Amino acid sequence: MAIMRPFWPTRHSSVFGELDRMRRDMDRLFGDLPDRSFRQPMAGVFPLTNVTEDTNNYYIRAELPGMKGDELDISVTGEGLSISGERKIPEQKKEASYHRREREAGRFSRMLSLPGQVDTGKVEASCANGILTIVLPKAEAAKPRQISVKAV
Amino acid sequence: MTASEAKALEAKEKQEMSTDVEQTRLGTTFTPTVDIFETDTGITLLADMPGVKAKDLDLDLQKNVLTIKGDVASPEGPNETDVLREYSTGAYVRQFSLSDAIDQSKIDAELKDGVLKLVMPKAEKAVPRKIAVKTG
Repeated sequence: MAIMRPFWPTRHSSVFGELDRMRRDMDRLFGDLPDRSFRQPMAGVFPLTNVTEDTNNYYIRAELPGMKGDELDISVTGEGLSISGERKIPEQKKEASYHRREREAGRFSRMLSLPGQVDTGKVEASCANGILTIVLPKAEAAKPRQISVKAV
Repeated sequence: MTASEAKALEAKEKQEMSTDVEQTRLGTTFTPTVDIFETDTGITLLADMPGVKAKDLDLDLQKNVLTIKGDVASPEGPNETDVLREYSTGAYVRQFSLSDAIDQSKIDAELKDGVLKLVMPKAEKAVPRKIAVKTG
């Protein structure tokens, strides 16, 4: 008779079953946090991006300080978008000595997929104060439609 | 360096400010990333403050402490709901202590595309001070 629950997986609790149970436990632990939006996994790809939607449009915003609109390469397909470019920071003269050097330069490229179809012909992008804003009008099929209930 | 040799940028989370100063307003405050370099003629400070407009930028110099502060209004419209949120927005605050070598009356500030540039020229001549020692 088994007095203790075996530590190692037995045929009753496979390794996968055990992993599944752990995953569910973790979900339960973290699932109750009040603000889920800030826990969303970060893609870890530059630039960090916020995507929002309202009835008619999707909005994509990214912080790109020091960049101008014409330095960005944005292309859009029906359900996806790519942003690429290079952030340049002018090199200083040799005799300049740095006290702090936290800002970074380099190239980047990011793909984003949208939750629904967009009208690619009407996408507009603007860059102001170091913030890129892309407005993507939803395709007719992706817009929510009000359904009226007929009285019989 | 050509474009193909340029290194790839990595995403970095914005640094939330950790300070002893109590905040009197709601919202998150971030520490802007800065470059500070010195040449023979002066010190230049560059700070990334995306979303800050010139009218919302506040520069304050008191007792050799320079405070840069920028307020950011939420860019989102009232009916927008989140699909993906990777960064949050809020004010930027950072303080620097300046040395006496800087001519504080000649500091020049410029805000362009979300980058603040402060040019702080050194004083024409650091006034030599001689301390006479009295003999009793």
